[in-house]
Amino acid sequence: MNNSVSNTGRLLWAGLRALLVLTLVTGVIYPLAVTGVAQALFHDKANGSEVKADGKVVGSSLIGQQDYGLAYFQPRPAKGLGENSVNTQYKLILSGATNRSADNPELVTWVKAARAKVVKDNSTADYKVEPSQVPADAVTSSGSGLDPDISPAYAELQVHRVAERNGLSVAQVEKLVEEHTDGRTLGFIGEPRVNVLELNIALKALAAKS
Amino acid sequence: MGPVLAGVLQLLALMGALALAYIPLGTYMAKVYSTDKHWRVEKWIYKGIGANPDTEMRWTAYLRGVLAFSAVGVLFLYLLQRLQGVLPGSLGFQAIDPDQAFNTAVSFVTNTNWQSYYGEQAMGHVVQTAGLAVQNFVSAAVGIAVAVALVRGFARSRTGELGNFWSDMVRGVTRILLPGAFIAAIVLVACGAIQNFSGIHEVGQFMGGSQQWNGGAVASQEAIKEFGTNGGGYFNANSAHPFENPTPFTNLFEIFLLLVIPFSLTRTFGVMVGSVKQGYAILATMATIWVGFVALMMWTEFAHHGPALQIAGGAMEGKEVRFGVGSSSIFAVSTTLTSTGAVDSFHSSFTGLGGGITMLGMMLGEIAPGGTGSGLYGMLIMAIIAVFIAGLMVGRTPEYLGKKIGTREIKLAACYILVTPALVLVFAGVAMALPTPVHSMTNSGAHGFSEILYAYTSAANNNGSAFAGLNADTQWFNTTLGLAMALGRFLPMVFVLALAGSLAEQRPVPETAGTLRTNKPLFVGLLVGAILIITGLTYFPALALGPLAEGLAS
Repeated sequence: MNNSVSNTGRLLWAGLRALLVLTLVTGVIYPLAVTGVAQALFHDKANGSEVKADGKVVGSSLIGQQDYGLAYFQPRPAKGLGENSVNTQYKLILSGATNRSADNPELVTWVKAARAKVVKDNSTADYKVEPSQVPADAVTSSGSGLDPDISPAYAELQVHRVAERNGLSVAQVEKLVEEHTDGRTLGFIGEPRVNVLELNIALKALAAKS
Repeated sequence: MGPVLAGVLQLLALMGALALAYIPLGTYMAKVYSTDKHWRVEKWIYKGIGANPDTEMRWTAYLRGVLAFSAVGVLFLYLLQRLQGVLPGSLGFQAIDPDQAFNTAVSFVTNTNWQSYYGEQAMGHVVQTAGLAVQNFVSAAVGIAVAVALVRGFARSRTGELGNFWSDMVRGVTRILLPGAFIAAIVLVACGAIQNFSGIHEVGQFMGGSQQWNGGAVASQEAIKEFGTNGGGYFNANSAHPFENPTPFTNLFEIFLLLVIPFSLTRTFGVMVGSVKQGYAILATMATIWVGFVALMMWTEFAHHGPALQIAGGAMEGKEVRFGVGSSSIFAVSTTLTSTGAVDSFHSSFTGLGGGITMLGMMLGEIAPGGTGSGLYGMLIMAIIAVFIAGLMVGRTPEYLGKKIGTREIKLAACYILVTPALVLVFAGVAMALPTPVHSMTNSGAHGFSEILYAYTSAANNNGSAFAGLNADTQWFNTTLGLAMALGRFLPMVFVLALAGSLAEQRPVPETAGTLRTNKPLFVGLLVGAILIITGLTYFPALALGPLAEGLAS
């Protein structure tokens, strides 16, 4: 009995020492080494791919923003995005999805409302948006709630409104959207997309020039 | 090019990359666990542990090593979270509550990475990098070590010795996981994943004002999270978060990372038992199920049945534009057929049948290709069951790889496959019968039941993904899911190591004309059939109440 207790004790002691040594290797040296290399070689990316406009940081090209006015291109809905509830000393962005199922009545309501709003917002005096034109990404929330992109179809849908509100021609704005459309990587990986923040920065610059 | 074709091409590209890595990585891993040379850094580590890496262990000693190391791991991670409030580098985050700290500690030590907390608002630098990420490495290394011990049981004869646990576990970290994760982390940063210690800081916004970000060592954790089939996200949105998974390429790369060790281990197995063809048969079984599931998932997600998705015109709820439906489907299947549980899109908002496919993937026992190590030993157990069934049909004593599958072996295999279904069905049943757990549901009806069934399936099989509408941060769920994770991890390991010990003691049976050829397509077919039938019979009633009811109604 005494023997087995001391054996167990010795084994747990070895386990603890193993854990501490491996914590030093994988929990201290490894992340610091990766950080060192990352900061030296990919400084901007390692720090969040910040985007500047007029010399000021206006966000990250990877993180979507809400509340662009109707003069700008709109991002996807973000019903899953939350604010921190546990740690209240900061106002952190809490990423997340709605997790509503495909047959959830609330989600059905949200999708219908979002579609009606997209149709209403983007119809101008001489351009009527049909509900059937509205792509799926315009009426659904993303997985992170921080999706920086919209589909080219959704961007295209907003061109007339944006052109009108900025005093630009439709052709000018269409060209802008085209320039900011990324195709699939290597032609087949992922989906074509338009980065909303970068597009709006370019739009602001274009509107200021003309 | 349409999205369906692009999805298929991505699947083919992924298969090509995995095929390229298969022989070099698989053969390398066999060498890692066969050589008797130690690296200098490993000798230092053994000195630190105070263990002799050359002592051979019987199965009981090997198991004691696994259990002692894991028990210490749970305790250490628990204390680290409980002390977070006074640790430096905690960004002002407070100590985690006892029930949640228990759940999280068990979760990361068991390679599950179920998370009932929100990463960006609960865990500071120290807990993330020196606690959670460390377990991402060592829990994966423990899984591979146990699988290698079982393979040695087949490969060795007339000995009870299965190798040395400390040496196997340390080599897994130093020679496989650490180098792989380092390269992968740099690739991820080069594509935009963040890696800094800036903590919480303000960043300006386009329309004025600012947003608060929580920066951290994300890429280094993301790399091992996928490579070690762990799955616990730095952020709440997991691999859907652009800082964890910034581009379509990183998405495909992360899927590659989480599949490459489990698939390549079949090569390691083949090399170590002296017949790479036996490895190919196991690989073919895994690949058949994986490809089949991906095809089914793409079909149902592109068809986007379900009222909300029909109105929206596509299954984009919970999915990112840069990944789209195709790539998200491949990720969802791969993460639930391995023990990863990372998500790049939210399974709860998939079509009813799509959600069912993710659940069924876990219910198969995560063996196609499964977690690092756990996938291989799980699949070898199923191979034993399949050989046994075939033996019954022709009235011969079953054999596998020259070892007799006798009463003791089949009892251990049967115990193994009973553990997780018992945990899932009993816990889910009790949770449904009690009055309070159902208050955690976000959705009602069949999908609400699916949220709870998914949670216990994910925990008992050590997956960690969720129908995340379920509010799992309650004492009931933190405690019972924690127990399901611990029992679902370590009970099967007991049976696997006992089986390994019993196989290693046997003398090999010479192959005769009547021996079932387990390296032929016929056996692959038998094995796939056995897996699907056994899982189907076990879980069909539960699946019928949840995802099937939802899927067929829409």
